[in-house]
Parts: sequence; structure tokens; C-alpha cells
Amino acid sequence: MRRELLKFALFSALVLTVPALVKGGYLLNVLVFVGINTMLAVALNLLLGFAGQISLGQAAFYGLGAYLSGVLTTTHGWNPWTALCAAAVAVGLLAFVIGLPILKLKGHYLAMATLGFGIIVFIVFNEYVDVTGGPSGFPGIPGMQIGDLRFDSDLKSYYLIWGMALLVILLAVNLTQSRIGRALRAIHDSEVAARVLGVNARLLKVQVFTCSAVISCVAGSLYAHTVTFISPSTFGFHFSVELLTMVIIGGLGSIYGSCLGAALLTLLPEFLRTFQDYDIVVYGLLLILMTMFLPGGLVQGGEIVWRWLRQLWPGKAG
Amino acid sequence: MKIRFVRQMGLLLALSLSAGMVFAAEPLKVGALFSVTGPPSFLGEPERNTAQMVVDDINKAGGIKGRPIELVVYDTTGDPTKAVQLATKLIKDDKVVAIIGPSTTGETMAVKPVTEKEQIPLISCAAGTKIADPVNPCTFKTAQNDTLAVERIYEHLKKRKIDKVAILSVSDGFGASGREQLKAQAVKFGITLVVDDTFGPKDTDMTAQLTKIRGSEAQAIICWGTNPGPALVAKNARQLGIKLPLFMSHGVSSKKFIELAGEAAEGIILPTGRVIVADQLPEKDPQKKALMTYVMNYKQRYGVEGDHFGGHAWDAVMLLKKAFEQGADTPATIREQLEKISGFAGIGGVFSFSGTDHCGLTKDAFVLVEIKNKDWVLVD
Amino acid sequence: MDFSQQISQYLLSGLATGAIYALIGLGFAIIYNSTGIINFAQGEFVMLGGMFGVYFHTIHNFNLVVALLLAVACAAISGVVFERLAIRPLRKATPLGLVIITIGGSILVRGIAMLVWGKDTHALPTFSGDEPITLAGATLLPQHLWIFALTVLLIAVNKLFFQFTITGKALRACAVNQRAAGLVGIDVRRMVMFSFLLASGMGALAGIIIAPLTMTSYDVGIMLGLKGFCAAIIGGMSNGIGTVLGGLILGVLEALGAGLISSGYKDAVTFIILLLILFLRPQGLFSRGDSERV
Repeated sequence: MRRELLKFALFSALVLTVPALVKGGYLLNVLVFVGINTMLAVALNLLLGFAGQISLGQAAFYGLGAYLSGVLTTTHGWNPWTALCAAAVAVGLLAFVIGLPILKLKGHYLAMATLGFGIIVFIVFNEYVDVTGGPSGFPGIPGMQIGDLRFDSDLKSYYLIWGMALLVILLAVNLTQSRIGRALRAIHDSEVAARVLGVNARLLKVQVFTCSAVISCVAGSLYAHTVTFISPSTFGFHFSVELLTMVIIGGLGSIYGSCLGAALLTLLPEFLRTFQDYDIVVYGLLLILMTMFLPGGLVQGGEIVWRWLRQLWPGKAG
Repeated sequence: MKIRFVRQMGLLLALSLSAGMVFAAEPLKVGALFSVTGPPSFLGEPERNTAQMVVDDINKAGGIKGRPIELVVYDTTGDPTKAVQLATKLIKDDKVVAIIGPSTTGETMAVKPVTEKEQIPLISCAAGTKIADPVNPCTFKTAQNDTLAVERIYEHLKKRKIDKVAILSVSDGFGASGREQLKAQAVKFGITLVVDDTFGPKDTDMTAQLTKIRGSEAQAIICWGTNPGPALVAKNARQLGIKLPLFMSHGVSSKKFIELAGEAAEGIILPTGRVIVADQLPEKDPQKKALMTYVMNYKQRYGVEGDHFGGHAWDAVMLLKKAFEQGADTPATIREQLEKISGFAGIGGVFSFSGTDHCGLTKDAFVLVEIKNKDWVLVD
Repeated sequence: MDFSQQISQYLLSGLATGAIYALIGLGFAIIYNSTGIINFAQGEFVMLGGMFGVYFHTIHNFNLVVALLLAVACAAISGVVFERLAIRPLRKATPLGLVIITIGGSILVRGIAMLVWGKDTHALPTFSGDEPITLAGATLLPQHLWIFALTVLLIAVNKLFFQFTITGKALRACAVNQRAAGLVGIDVRRMVMFSFLLASGMGALAGIIIAPLTMTSYDVGIMLGLKGFCAAIIGGMSNGIGTVLGGLILGVLEALGAGLISSGYKDAVTFIILLLILFLRPQGLFSRGDSERV
């Protein structure tokens, strides 16, 4: 556990000093979105990488957070922080209620069911025009503020978002190092065996599902207040697939891997402008190749390279 | 000897002057946000092509007072989030003095707060009326407001004494915006909307909605969307034997619609910018020259005819050109000059901006056409 | 136009769409029954059928029948390639891995189609004209009759194939127990490949048959695949009547929902049905007492 805390401290230090290195500008703006995607990827990893339950509907919870926050603050004048908490509670309840029947399913059936759920929520965003503004989107969402401090610049948004992201990572690290984490891994390996050993698999799966949904919801709320305009197209199936790719690239079961995956998939398109049209081909290939050859993701790849390098310089280890 | 010396001095003077001119020719940086890929690529691709073509032509002719225009184009893929990010990039990193685009209403509404805050003029190529209404200081648009298209159709219906209408719109940004206007303008023209239904952009069968319409009191059907949905609506309507007059929006003002709908396209009436019937216009039409030039130049360069959507980008660049020619080269002065433009005959219509009108067009920007024998025919 | 006529139109349109879902669902069922895998990419083979059809007919100007046969052949070959490259190497894959690979595969196929053929929508001419046919106050197009005919034909052929041919019986054996099938000398790997061939061929046929009605583009596969899967689930993954009934029920419910309740939420109706079936009766509506699992 101490090792994990050390890793976390180092990572936090890195995150906190990056803005100084980047000196503002466009890159800082992109890094804000990396922060949001990190939260979402870590949430999915808890469910997929640790508990082994596939969900193709994460975008739904993300979107619900954004729309609930947006509507409550813009149409009804709520305070953004109250709205965020209210949305989190509401989505948590929804996830728990949906989770109970949905997590009885396994494998492809679970994938299809979560996909179906995601699409239903997307259709609601699109069709419930009176409340959500429909396909034209929902403008005018106020920014976050604490007292007199308004989060209206890239730098302030960066610290707000990454502050929350670091909290989420700490929570995830804590969770996976605890008894619950071990129980989750047991379920992933063999649900039957876990049950035999006294793990309440069903309840635990639903709890992780709910936790993952709440994190995604919070990310959605923060997204809404940062961009001040939301539209249904951001929360569709395409994004759920992108999230899945982020987690797979980073490595199932590795929290920092999810950060890496989120960073790569958010930053790379910026540097490869010609990438645009090819993105679904690349995502598809990555999903297939990673699952076939490198299921531990880039983190596993990194470990392999590290070990290979250590082999080349055996003297150093002594 | 003296003459040679004078000639040499003259040459030196001329060279240094022109060198000075070359060094002083700082480019005018203009940003462009188009959805070149993604679902709205049928908008963004011709817009980007057109913008590049016009800028290249301007630069080949010497630029504006010797200064070339540098166009920085980013592809938003139709995603409002990306549009916002890229707008920030254009403003902070590329330091542009004005931005053209985005291609869709959703993206424009997302980008607007950013450009207004940074006070960079934005000339949008999207149709949504609420982009320029209410007027914001830095936001302009070149695409005709969907209000104007709706007015054209309703006027025509009133002439034909039709007052019970069914509307069928696509559940995307374009369709939703059109639907809003159809509902808002109905009372003014004495029209009752007896059916108000929608369909998804990827739906493959609209017979259910059309059956409902067939069973209602509707005397005409207005379908608001972009390809391929409306083509299916036309085909389904024919299948169900619906004989009611069918109207479409300017979203399908391209030959592709006729290709997809086939026989079912005959007799459909829609409002459109003049570009698709450029050759049928009378010579005295103020836009005719610009239209014919645009259509031919685009065809020469890209192999297909210039269309309605690319025209929005043409107008945006040319409007900026006018502002530059008046000496404006900072965001504030550009904005000022744009507002002064009056009577500019472009592709979308004749533009006249003012402090209270950043849309610049009236309903004359649209003409009504009917599809006959797989081609467009002007309707008066 | 009175209410009963409206209802009969919804029913007829619903049955027509439902037949399409049934055809796609059969593809899902065949692969599932022979390999235990849900082929997420099934919808993409339907898309390939339509797109190849457009390619051969419109661009190369082949006769419609020739284009159809070529398209089915090409799509079937793509199915085999997909199985070889993506599925076979995963002999020892985790179920999770398989899910992700088939998702990745479907995205890849869609992406390649987009790069090769672009994003445009394309139309195919109908097989026998556009004149509507009236039936009990509702109208139908000749193309719909083709769809019904093809569905019936395919079910009949399927039934005969699985009951009376050696390969069919071998496939059924794999569905029951792969290891045992291997022990009695059935080349299981070949059977897996064959089931992909069959499913992708059928999907492609479905894709070509509906393309004249619904037009085709690189991304029609997603929704069609999902709805076909829904049909198969309702039918309990049966290779025969169950899935067909599942498809028809789905189509009719969708049409009724769109006409009577709300057109915008039409797809939501489909997925709510999917969720309800998965939650309450995941073995499908028709599997109990329906001994015909294949």
C-alpha cells in the first residue's frame, strides 16, 4: 500500500506541475479534456479490468451527469455543486436499480444490454427537446465557482478537473488494494469460485457498476460546466467505444494505464490531423490486436520493455 | 555613363522598394472550422474546398493590397466539443483575426461564447436562425436562416389555400431547427399543424409516420431534413399512394436527392438558394454573374459543380475580403466593416448587414423550385 | 382512411421490416449455435451485402442477378477472412476477450467500408418495379414480397440443411458439445469457418434484398445488427421458426409503437423490449417446448 501511495504522490506531482511546463495555450485546453477522459476511463476500468464486466453504455451515465447538471443549473437556477451532488445521487440510484437485473447477464449479453441501455438514454437526450434542447444542444450552462473564485480559464479548469481526477484515482487505488479489490479480482477470475469462498458476487458487481456510474456522472457534470454547451452527439455509442479503446490500450486492471490510454486517445488526434477519417479503423485494429497480443495494454508492454532493458544491462541491477 | 548610373540607381531603388513590399506583406490569418469528416461532411467538405479555392484565387491575383490571406482549416468532424477546442486553438495558437464556419448550428452555438468572449468575428455557415437572433456583436452568418425557407413555403401554401399541414422532421440539428421555425411561423400564416412527427437520421422506414399522416386531415406534407432520410420519405409516400403535395427543405437541394428518390422525386417543391438553378435565372438577376463563376470555377477545380453548401463558404470569404479591402485587419475593425456591407451579391443571396442584422438576407434569398424530369424548375 | 386501415398498414409494414430482422437474426443464431460466439459484426455483413451489390451493379454495371451473386460471394469470403484473422487465433481466449474482439472487428469492417466506398448513401433499383400492391387496405411494394419469399426459402433450406445433410448434422453436433463432436471425427475448426460462411452469406443476402427499399451506406450495419440480435434473442437463438417469429414480432411492435405512440422514440421501444427479454426471459419466448433448437 505504501508503494501505491508513493506512486500516487509522484503522479500527482507530475499532474500539478504540467501547466507550468506547457505555458498555457491550446495544449492546456486539451489536457483539461484528458482529465475528464481519465476519470471516465478509470471508472470503466474498475468495472471491466477489475470486475471483468463489460459495459458499452458508460456514455449514458456521462451524459446523464452533463444533462442533469446542465438543466438543474441553467433552467432551474440551482447552485452547480448542489446540482452535481444531486445528479450523482440520482444516477447512482438509477445505476443500482438497472444494475441488479443487468449484471445477472454475462459476456455478450451484458455487452448488448448495456449497449441497448446506452442507446435508450441517447434517444431520450435527443427526443426530449423541451428539457434537453434536443439535437441542437443545450447552451448557456454556467461555469463552476467556489465563492468568488470562478473557474473560467483553462488553467483554473485544469486544476479543478485534475483535482477531481486525482481524487478518483486515489479512490480507485484504495479500492483495488483493499479486500474489495481482491474480491473483484476473484470474481473476474472465476465467479463460481469466488461465490464458493463467500464473496457476495452479485451485490459486489452491482456496487462496482454503481460506483463506476457515479464517477462517470461527476465527470459529465464537470464537463458541462467547463464547456458550457452540451449536445447528445457527445454521449453516443461512438464515445463508449472510444472509452473502451482507452482502457484496453492502457491495460485492463491498471489504473495509471487508463490515464495513459485516455491521454493517448485524446492527444494523438491533435498531433495527427490526417488521422481524422481513419480513427474508427485504428480503434478497431487496436482493440483486436491489443486483445490478441497485449491484453495488459501498454502498461504490460512497458513492463516487457523494462525487463528486456534490464536484461541488457545486468550489471546495473547488482 | 550618367544614364547608366541613373538606370542602376533606379533599378536598385525599385528592387529595394519591392523587397520592402515583400517583407511588409504580412498575411491576413483567417481560421476556418468545417466538418470535413463526420456525419455533416456533406456540408464541410464542399465548404472547405470552396474556401480554399477562393483564397487561392485571391492570393493569385495579388492578395489584398499585396497581403496574402492565410487560411488555417481545422476539421471538427461535426463534434461541438472539438469545435470549441479548435476555436480556442485558432484564437490562442494561430492568432487568427477572424473565423469562418462552423458548418452546423450545434457547433456554432458551442463556439459562439468563445469567440464572443475573445471578440473574434465569427462568420458561420450554418442555417440555424438563433445563431444571429438575438444579435451578438461578433457573430455573423452567411447561410440563409431556416425562418426564410419556412416563410417561402408557407407563403406558397397560403396562395394555394392550404391551411392544414403535416410536418415530418429529422431528429438532428438541422431538422430540429427547421421544426422550431415551422411551429413558430405557422400561426402567422394561418396554418395549423395537424401532425408533427420526427424520424431518426438513420431510420430506414417511415411508413408508420406517413400512415398516420395519411389518416389525418393534412392537405400537404412538409419534410425537413438532409439526405438520405427525406428521399426515403418520398419513396415511402409513393408506396402508400399518398397524393398530397410534398414539400422539402433546402437541406436536399442537391442532385443526390433526385438520384436517391428516383421516380418519387417528381413534383416535389422546395426552397433553395439560387445556385442550383443558376443557368435558368434571368440575366438581370444581380447574383447571376457570381453564381455562374462559382459553379464553373468549382467544377474546373474539383470536377463537380459547386453546390448550395459550398456557397456559404464562398460568401464568408468574400465578405471578409470586402472588409479587408476597406483596410480592416484587426478583429475589431473587421467586425465594424462587416456591419457596413450592403448590397453584396453573393451565392446565398444579396447581403446587407447592419448593427441589428447579422444575417443579412431576406426571403428573396430563396427561390422555390419543383422537381420535373429529374431536374430543377423554377416556380414563381 | 379509417383506423382499421391504419392498423393494417402498421401491421404490414411491421411484418416487412420484421422479416429483415429475422433474416439477420438467423445469422446470429447460426454462429452462436455452432461456436458459442455472438458475432457482433453480423450487422456489418448485412452492410457489406448491400455495398458490394451497389459496387457491382452501379459501378461495374453488372446485371442485377449477377451483382447479387457476386455480392453474396464477396461478403461470404469476407466472413471467412474475419473468422480466420480474428476468431481462430483466439482458441484460448477469455469470453471478455472474444466480446472485445468482435466489437473491434465490427468497427474495423465498418471503417474499411467507409474508406473504400466513402460515406455516401447509395440506392439499388428494386427487383421488380415500384408499383404498390394493395392488401386489406394497406399497401406493399413488390420488394417486400421478395423479402418474405426469401425469408421463407431460407428457413426451408436451413431446416433441410441442418436435418438432412452431413455438414448440417456436424454443425448441430458442434452446437451441442464441441469436444464430443471433435472426438467423433468432426473437424470443429472447419465447422466454425463454415458457420461464419453461412451466416455472412445470409446476412449479405438480407442486405442486398433490403437495399432497394432502405438504401445503403457504410453505417447501416450497427442498427440492423442490433435489431437482428434482438430478434434472435426473442426467438431464443433458434435456427428456425423461433428467430423468425422473434423478428416479425419485433418489426410489428416497432411499427405500432411508431404509429400509435411516438415516432421519435421508436428505437427506444426496440431496446426496451431487448432489455425486458434479457432481464425476464433470456432464453427467449419460444424455446420452452420448442425442441427445435437448431
